[in-house]
Amino acid sequence: MRLIVCIKQVPDTAEVRINPETNTLIREGVPSIINPYDMHALEAAIAIKERKGGKVTVLTMGPPQAETALREAISIGADDGVLLTDRAFAGSDTWATSFALYKAALKIGFDIIICGKQAIDGDTAQVGPEMAEFLNIPHISYVKAIEDISESSITVQRMMDDGYDVVRSKLPVLLTVVKELNTPRLPSLKGKMAAKKAVINKMTKESIEAEEDNLGLKGSPTMVKNIFAPEAKKDRKMLTGSIEQQVDQLLEELRRLKCV
Amino acid sequence: MRIVIEQNRCIGCGACVESCPYSAILIEAEKASINEYCQLCRACLSVCPEGAIIEKSEESDNIEVVDLSAYKGVWVFAEQRDGHVASVAFELLGEGRKLAKELNTELSAVLFGSTEAEAKELIRWGADRVYHCRDRIFDSFNDEPYSQQLIKLITRFKPSIVLSGATPIGRSFIPRVAARLRTGLTADCTALQIDKDSGNLLQIRPAFGGNIMATILCPNRRPQMSTVRPRVMKRCDYEPDRQGEIIEIAAEGLSSNTEVLETHKEASYCKVNLQEAEVIVSGGRGLGNPKGFEMLQELASLLDGSVGASRAAVDEGWIKYSHQVGQTGKTVCPKIYIACGISGAVQHLVGMSSSDIIIAINKNPEAPIFNVANFGIEGDVYEVVPLLIKKIRESK
Repeated sequence: MRLIVCIKQVPDTAEVRINPETNTLIREGVPSIINPYDMHALEAAIAIKERKGGKVTVLTMGPPQAETALREAISIGADDGVLLTDRAFAGSDTWATSFALYKAALKIGFDIIICGKQAIDGDTAQVGPEMAEFLNIPHISYVKAIEDISESSITVQRMMDDGYDVVRSKLPVLLTVVKELNTPRLPSLKGKMAAKKAVINKMTKESIEAEEDNLGLKGSPTMVKNIFAPEAKKDRKMLTGSIEQQVDQLLEELRRLKCV
Repeated sequence: MRIVIEQNRCIGCGACVESCPYSAILIEAEKASINEYCQLCRACLSVCPEGAIIEKSEESDNIEVVDLSAYKGVWVFAEQRDGHVASVAFELLGEGRKLAKELNTELSAVLFGSTEAEAKELIRWGADRVYHCRDRIFDSFNDEPYSQQLIKLITRFKPSIVLSGATPIGRSFIPRVAARLRTGLTADCTALQIDKDSGNLLQIRPAFGGNIMATILCPNRRPQMSTVRPRVMKRCDYEPDRQGEIIEIAAEGLSSNTEVLETHKEASYCKVNLQEAEVIVSGGRGLGNPKGFEMLQELASLLDGSVGASRAAVDEGWIKYSHQVGQTGKTVCPKIYIACGISGAVQHLVGMSSSDIIIAINKNPEAPIFNVANFGIEGDVYEVVPLLIKKIRESK
């Protein structure tokens, strides 16, 4: 089984705050981490390899420092890492990102590609399905359990709004996975040694043979017009007085709203 | 467009490094430089004391323009489960009507599977036309036939805007459609507007894990595609006598490498039924432990409501994911939303800020939740909530 896990290095967004005075983002001291959903994708791939044999390759697109994310993934159990890095990728939206990753995946070769359901910085959940379309392979989103896997097919549980579906797909396939799927393991001592020694395979726009028109800003159909802080409500009212007085005022409002 | 740092003006102070949410700026040899992680968010522009960071637009930057005038009309993809059209489709028709009116164009719905009766419902909820593909292949959801058929329809009829619910179905197969059509797709929008000058669709969504909002454009390609959060848009009035056109479309040449073997409904989902509740009492990290939710459940029962939670509380394992409200959970718009010990990160706010009345209880007077609250109480939830429960009991 040839497995590719797509990962993304992201700022730990739970730590990002807005400076209320300047309305800018405060990023000081915010660590870069592997996107948490991708950790579940990695765990799933390692578990499949343990059952069926094969090789797990982690793939990321980003600046040179994203290499640390690949080494971390190797310390957890991936066999090797591919870093897709080139100035030509700057400003990529999900279309251009998926396109570059698709070209890289073709070069690497695979039976199963596994991605996290979305990255916590962009939250789009689009790169996985878009890659699958470019590759002309099926995909299954929101996988919460893997029931069965053979040389030619895989059966999984797909999370839906009202429960879940059991879905079987032919291979090759792309899966996007949710947290419920598994508990990611920690790096092993042996893994840490391997991560130190590992040679990261760097790919550029030339090595994936991608046309420049499909990459970066030029390849991106969408653009960010502006960013702004969310609006505050105009009729807001802080209640005052002792806690008991405030609760009384609140109760009065609830009565007025015919809620009590 | 690019963001560049004018090297001769850069003093290497590092202010921009801290402002960048993507770690895209590094200081090398006492000068700042921007790398491939740059998402063009412009967060750094205002922080540079020297004004050395500038936007640079270049002709060659832009993607090739399609013939924009060839694309007309607003489409809503109406997803169905077990033949029933999902309520998000009716909400999108409400929003689609507004957009179509502003653009002086028609509103169409696309329905795969389901029945003629449901197609007629789409017209009564605002569609001028329904493209209906009744083939049995659409009874259960498989990404490939759904995307193949929608790609065919869009290629043939050339709509300018295509909206879909940001649901497990829409978020799964719509990206395939956008990829194939070489056009832009904006995920999880919470507001849509038409740009008065260009007629482009302004797609507004939370960014950076929800700490700030972004307006996204797809100026040079068509259709402009968005997935939209359920329960954010309002339905328009139901007109039982409204007439429209239903166009039957055959499904030909579709294939699927996936097959749905079984479908399981979760009982707990029905019991929580967050999205239908008129009152929601929600808890966050400020509760400190899972026992806090028992107290909130008591308050919710007294108000005939349901219990919600922030991502922080769900991540702590205090309550199940099915209760989660926000960007990665459910969007709700009850009559009354009571946020207890929730600080109010934007990813939570986008899931509940369209509630009619928001009541916030939090120890920290600076908590952002107070910015969206109609009524705020600064205080300990364990002091306020039990008192409120007691007083409601007494008044009953």
